[in-house]
Amino acid sequence: MAIAYAHESTADQRRANRQKAVEGRTVICKVKRCDGPGKPTRWESFKVPVEPGMNVIACLKHIAQNPVTSDGRTTTPVVYDAGCLEEVCGACTMVINGKVRQSCSCLIDEYAPREGDTMTLEPMSKFPVIRDLWVDRARVFNSLKRIKGWVPIDGTYALGPGPKETQAQQQVRYDISECMSCGCCMEACPQFTIEPDESKWDTSFVGPHALAQARLFNLHGVGKVLKNDRLDELMGPGGVSDCGNAQNCVKVCPKGVPLTESIGAIGRQVTLRSFARFFKGNK
Amino acid sequence: MSQERVIVVGGGLAGLAASVRIAEAGVPVDLFSMVPVKRSHSVCAQGGINACNEVARQQGYSEYQHFDETLYGGDYLADQNPVLEMTNWAPEIIDLLDRMGVPFNRTPEMNRDLRLFGGSLFKRTHFAGATTGQQLLYALDEQTRRYEAEGRITKYEFWEFLWPITVGEGEDKRCVGIVAQDMRTMQIRSFRAGAVVMATGGCGLIFGKSTNSVICTGGAASRCMQNGAWYANGEMIQVHPTAIPGADKLRLMSESARGEGGRVWVPRKKGDTRKPTDIPEPERLYFLEEKYPDYGNLVPRDIASREIFDICVNQDMGVAGQNQVYLDLSHMDPDYLTRKLGGILEIYEKFVGDDPRHTPMRIFPGVHYSMGGMWTTYTPGSYDPGARHGVHNPGDVPPVGTEVGRGMQHGAHNNMMTNITGLYAFGEVNFAFHGATRLGANALLSCIFDGLFSGVSVVNYVHDGAPKSDPTDALDQGVFDRAVAQEQAKVDRLIGSPVGDSDPTDPTHNPYAIGHELGVEMTAASTVVKTGPRLERCMKKLDELTQRYQGVKLSDGGMWTNQTLSYARAVGDMLILARVIAEGGLLRKESRGSHYRTDYPDRDDPNFMKTTIGKYHPDGSTSIEFIPVRADLVQPRARTYGRKDGDSKSQSKQETVTAS
Repeated sequence: MAIAYAHESTADQRRANRQKAVEGRTVICKVKRCDGPGKPTRWESFKVPVEPGMNVIACLKHIAQNPVTSDGRTTTPVVYDAGCLEEVCGACTMVINGKVRQSCSCLIDEYAPREGDTMTLEPMSKFPVIRDLWVDRARVFNSLKRIKGWVPIDGTYALGPGPKETQAQQQVRYDISECMSCGCCMEACPQFTIEPDESKWDTSFVGPHALAQARLFNLHGVGKVLKNDRLDELMGPGGVSDCGNAQNCVKVCPKGVPLTESIGAIGRQVTLRSFARFFKGNK
Repeated sequence: MSQERVIVVGGGLAGLAASVRIAEAGVPVDLFSMVPVKRSHSVCAQGGINACNEVARQQGYSEYQHFDETLYGGDYLADQNPVLEMTNWAPEIIDLLDRMGVPFNRTPEMNRDLRLFGGSLFKRTHFAGATTGQQLLYALDEQTRRYEAEGRITKYEFWEFLWPITVGEGEDKRCVGIVAQDMRTMQIRSFRAGAVVMATGGCGLIFGKSTNSVICTGGAASRCMQNGAWYANGEMIQVHPTAIPGADKLRLMSESARGEGGRVWVPRKKGDTRKPTDIPEPERLYFLEEKYPDYGNLVPRDIASREIFDICVNQDMGVAGQNQVYLDLSHMDPDYLTRKLGGILEIYEKFVGDDPRHTPMRIFPGVHYSMGGMWTTYTPGSYDPGARHGVHNPGDVPPVGTEVGRGMQHGAHNNMMTNITGLYAFGEVNFAFHGATRLGANALLSCIFDGLFSGVSVVNYVHDGAPKSDPTDALDQGVFDRAVAQEQAKVDRLIGSPVGDSDPTDPTHNPYAIGHELGVEMTAASTVVKTGPRLERCMKKLDELTQRYQGVKLSDGGMWTNQTLSYARAVGDMLILARVIAEGGLLRKESRGSHYRTDYPDRDDPNFMKTTIGKYHPDGSTSIEFIPVRADLVQPRARTYGRKDGDSKSQSKQETVTAS
């Protein structure tokens, strides 16, 4: 499936849409539904009256309260994952009009400004569907375990401050640390494929976000104690060599995490590590 | 005998800090959360975390001053000892987070940067951009994952807490586990534990639209209350002055926007239709700065919310005649703003479409935080001043230092334990610390403090308390099976009343419609401005909604990933909690902090310097009583924040107490 990206519609286009949005209009929400793993999928459409400032979540809430399709059939409320509704928790990620993004920050005025315009909602395709728009993203967090994404502190006792860093170093780490594990980068990555079998998660591609997180912890004064462990993991199956350099990830990241730059950095670290291992043994 | 386990319900800052602390002590932890813990609501906290620091200290600040500010901000409703202990611990907590790798903003010399926040004249707020809560949560999430990889913490994500399992009655009631439901498979089962820590956050959804995440129903706290836990100070709901109105929720615009220099204003001319940038300085009314010259835009949240409400609702001076005022950053350097506030400016731009670096933001107050929560107790520490300390001014030598000034006894079994033995409440769901108003950037502190400090109490209780003499493993399985059967029966009742042939959009018995009406009613009656008659009407409306809820009909009768069931069940619990919130407000015939009654505009210490206790009774009714605040350390004083005009609240009743 060819994926077009929300970020390819320019801010100007979205603003223009917002300006011409028709008040009191009704839009169609076309939802790809599935009752559970292994069940067939189907499409259902709903007429949703639009209020100013309304987002996709508000449409889904309207449908929950009025679970009747546009052809008048009573159905069940649409199941979806949501949390903060401020685009900072990552929960409500789905594919909207063919583009992966958070549904909370997807404003109807910007994408369906005219009477009768359609919003198409689908679950992410790279993760197993639980029901309707809700997918199982446990693999995203498993990747963070694989790369030992933590600083190995000596416990929670009072042991003074952490290592100092410059403003520039803080800025680099902060930008990566804003990653909310939403899965957009994995959805867009042609190398990242769906893998429902949990036993294969430790050898299938970790995904762009985990490569960036490995870089984040390798940059930390104490986090780098585990640098070799991380690089050894990323040298193996499902590591950095699985990246095909399509560069889709960075285009869809809602937080602007420097993914390709981080993958490049990790690639160089892995190369150096493999030389070191070759010449010095596995240390 | 196998080792006792601890259950932690909720994976926000409080739950994760507790999990890490308890697991570190060698006690295995089962961590339950309705969402992957990295998506918990703590992620929404923006501005920062307060702690005394060396710069502020050398300017005359101290942990004691932080303690004094927190009590004053909370209008003396908080039990005082826990607050002292928390503020004493704050600097160490910052250091710990720093060690975990939180990317705190830095000064040119690589020290941690600081910003100004409400309720203080000192810079004592540490921050990581404008997504501090996210960054702190991620640091604790990472440490949790580390222990998970080591097998010390077991996560149950997408599991919903349904019921605390108890044995014994009255004062002997003891918590020995929980009932929970897998939100995907809908399996209901029991889990045994030596102790249970509730860290389930706030209840913003009771007010419909709020700044809270969609999971913050208060359902978990309500379920504990229904099994006998006390719910304290429910009427103390913080309305944040600056939220972005939205169709689905109110999005927070952090206090740090004002801490970094943001100014709140409206046009002096009513109905001025000019663009804000075209209105010259003298024609703007900076109403907070005029009324509160010392604190200006950084008065505590309840005061700022009331002033904005007054300007818009009473004086009809809102921007464009609507309920909105300007929050203006456009006079500041855009690069500086991006560095310090980038995250929140992006939120505004994404959801409203204007760039706040160049156009003033339009904001209005929104329900944000519950100071109230499950009642908890503690063992006082060594600090016993005999006579209560009076006014503490910046630069004064604190009456007690952090070394000897223990507010709570570290490790005592009952620290932050509810009235049910073995059931603890940490974080926002704990009523302690914030009294009648929470100061900005104290929430993150209280959550992490609870987990770290009282986590040790949980460990000690499991080792030496009731679980030692009477191990959970030895308890009769029937106790657990009966609790599961009770929850299964509730589900069967809800599932067993499907919409069927009736109109699914009929609001009478539609759970979403009932939830919506609950939110509208509670926001109207029980937020910024309250009156007795309005709260009485609210109680009647709650009765009506409760009646309708008895016949609630679900439009999804399936037993696979049924979110409608989960929501409908929560609505029932929210209705019970709402009654305690509204009735507490009705019976508290005074004004204090966030609780403002126009019919009782003064603080009344003799009658109401008391903790509101909400109780649930087996017949389904609720009741309210008041118990004295434990206030042995500091004398209450009038809370004016240097207000300039003449009509400040009468202080006669307060003075009688202060003089005694």
